[in-house]
Amino acid sequence: MNRLFRDDALKNIYNKVKKGIRLSKEDGLTLYKTQDLNGVGRMADHVRRQRHGNDAFYVYNQHLNYTNICKNRCLFCAYAVDEGDEGAYLWDMDEIEQRLMARIDEPVNELHIVGGLHPSLDFDYFTRLLETVKRIRPNAKIKAFTSVEIDYLSKLSGLSVKETIGVLKKSGLDMMPGGGAEVMSERVRKKLFPKKVNAQRWLEIMEAVHQAGIPTNATMLYGHIETLEERVDHLISLRELQDKTGGFSAFIPLAFHSKNTALSHLPSSNAMDDLKNIAIARLMLDNFDHIKAYWVMITEKLAQVALAYGADDLDGTIIEERITHEAGATSAKGLTRDDMERMIRESGFVPVERDTFYNELRRDGVVMEDSKETGHGE
Amino acid sequence: MRHLDTIIDKVYQGERIRIDEGLALFQEADLLTLAGMAEQKRFELHPDKIITFVVDRNINYTNICMSGCKFCAFYKTPDSGEGYVISRESLHEKIQETLDLGGTQILLQGGMNPNLPLEYYIDLLQDIKANFKIHIHGFSPPEIFYIAEKSSLSIESVISRFREAGLDSIPGGGAEILCDEVRQKVSPNKCMSGPWLEVMETAHNMGMKSSATMMFGHVETPRNIFEHMDKIRELQDRTGGFTAFIPWTFQPGNTRIQRTGTAAVVYLRVLALARIFFDNIDNIQASWVTQGEKIAQTALFYGANDMGSTMIEENVVASAGVDFMLPEKELRRLIETAGFTPRQRDCYYNLI
Repeated sequence: MNRLFRDDALKNIYNKVKKGIRLSKEDGLTLYKTQDLNGVGRMADHVRRQRHGNDAFYVYNQHLNYTNICKNRCLFCAYAVDEGDEGAYLWDMDEIEQRLMARIDEPVNELHIVGGLHPSLDFDYFTRLLETVKRIRPNAKIKAFTSVEIDYLSKLSGLSVKETIGVLKKSGLDMMPGGGAEVMSERVRKKLFPKKVNAQRWLEIMEAVHQAGIPTNATMLYGHIETLEERVDHLISLRELQDKTGGFSAFIPLAFHSKNTALSHLPSSNAMDDLKNIAIARLMLDNFDHIKAYWVMITEKLAQVALAYGADDLDGTIIEERITHEAGATSAKGLTRDDMERMIRESGFVPVERDTFYNELRRDGVVMEDSKETGHGE
Repeated sequence: MRHLDTIIDKVYQGERIRIDEGLALFQEADLLTLAGMAEQKRFELHPDKIITFVVDRNINYTNICMSGCKFCAFYKTPDSGEGYVISRESLHEKIQETLDLGGTQILLQGGMNPNLPLEYYIDLLQDIKANFKIHIHGFSPPEIFYIAEKSSLSIESVISRFREAGLDSIPGGGAEILCDEVRQKVSPNKCMSGPWLEVMETAHNMGMKSSATMMFGHVETPRNIFEHMDKIRELQDRTGGFTAFIPWTFQPGNTRIQRTGTAAVVYLRVLALARIFFDNIDNIQASWVTQGEKIAQTALFYGANDMGSTMIEENVVASAGVDFMLPEKELRRLIETAGFTPRQRDCYYNLI
């Protein structure tokens, strides 16, 4: 009797995983097709524990969605509106400052800033945005703009991607999130997000960003019309770029939420798929340090479970999430540090509060010595 | 870890585990180790990849209750003025609606209502049976015990009269944690563990089936969880009358017990251990009502082979602020996307 796998097809993959041999596209498909969820989970947990032992990370962060006006209007999005639509907004610097000041007493050490492709902003807005945030929160790291926004900003600035990043870096940009990748498939792009940058361009931008010294995350939006093969291809594309640049920090599978989108007939993602996407990412992306379970999208409860299926990071406290909630997310809009630490402990892991670059600030509730000086750990 | 390995071997060899062994697994084993053992047991008992569910409705004939359990957000005291006893009209409407939706049974439960005489229950059952062809899964042991005490009748006599009037089977509610030190703390006015088990044993001996439940995650210790399961397993050895075991977690909203809810991971550990511990109960039910659909689906990989009920109506958990809705279509989709075949069943777990 095999105590590890119900599906024998997983045994060969496990032999590779134990020896650290890279998994093939076929292996990836086998992992997606099997119904042995726990078998996949066990392998992912093996890799996760090799890398991170019993640690589970989170960040004390704040989201700033500076505008919801976007000219791309992707079919899977419930957040974007057109200029002049009801509810359309664009925050000016006063508004940005107010939002930051509202939480200035909290130990926020990361600002996650993404918005839309606003048709009438100039490049200056974005440098001022970064400078404003840096001025008010000098110790916090700024993780801002998806590669879709960077592509747009480089057009606004008339500079190359590399030069654009150089300017943004000077204004305070520390890191970039991994959004906008969706699923790197021309077929899916044509159907769901024809105006958005294509896969090749997304990867080119990421490569340029990494070369300019800015690390990024990577994501995959799953659970809409993509095939399993397209998912595996997506992961392999990310893995290949990571071999070249080493610039990716974490991979975050994003569960598609259909409510209020043009695809509202599609059901929301299910737990088996959520857990498998995390576990398979952990197994396929052998050159990524971190796999995130994004609790906003898969619920707090399942994110906790996901820590045993390959995830080592629960993202952050957030307050307040807008984009997924527009699409019907039922999770909280934000969590406290106590919530995050409790969630991790309840799941049998050690909570480690990190900064944007995974420097440890607090371990199991105890502030790390070297983070006290910067004030981050308080 | 050696100690743990010995217990794990025991499980895989099909030996029964003791309370302390269950406790050791609960406290020390990896989540996926528990899942693996539970899946093994589940597929030994149910080799087919089928997940069953029942189409039924919870009908709460009254919310007036003398018990005043600290974990309950549903009850009203007799003098609160907010209590109700269901009207016949409303009862009939609810049953007809259940039948129209393909339902096969009703779960008929209420409270320990001091204003209702024995005849009320007899009439209620007879009236339902006279008007509808539907299975009545009704009156948890605390209700039966309370009615027996109040009418100065034996438990056997009450069950026997109810059965004659139309009662088909008994739900396993009101078990909470079958350890009197816990019951003294959270539900001192409700029957203790002895009478709960006595009601079930009596019903089983008369040929009636029942389910068994456990509500955990309030003031009990981890050991209490296994003591609870041990009492049920011991009774099952003698009667074989339990069809299923249904663990669920205490929902703290609007109650008089202040604590955070139990983590999904802890729920899954307990669920898996229930499958491992009960070598004599066929079915383990996942609780989507308390866990939500994502964890309920995950539970199918932790030993559960049944999704419980579509619950056309549910009031008790909803009173604690937890309000998951799951139409049959969605419930089927959850089962299918997890790689199983959904099948409707009756109260005795026969496929329909």
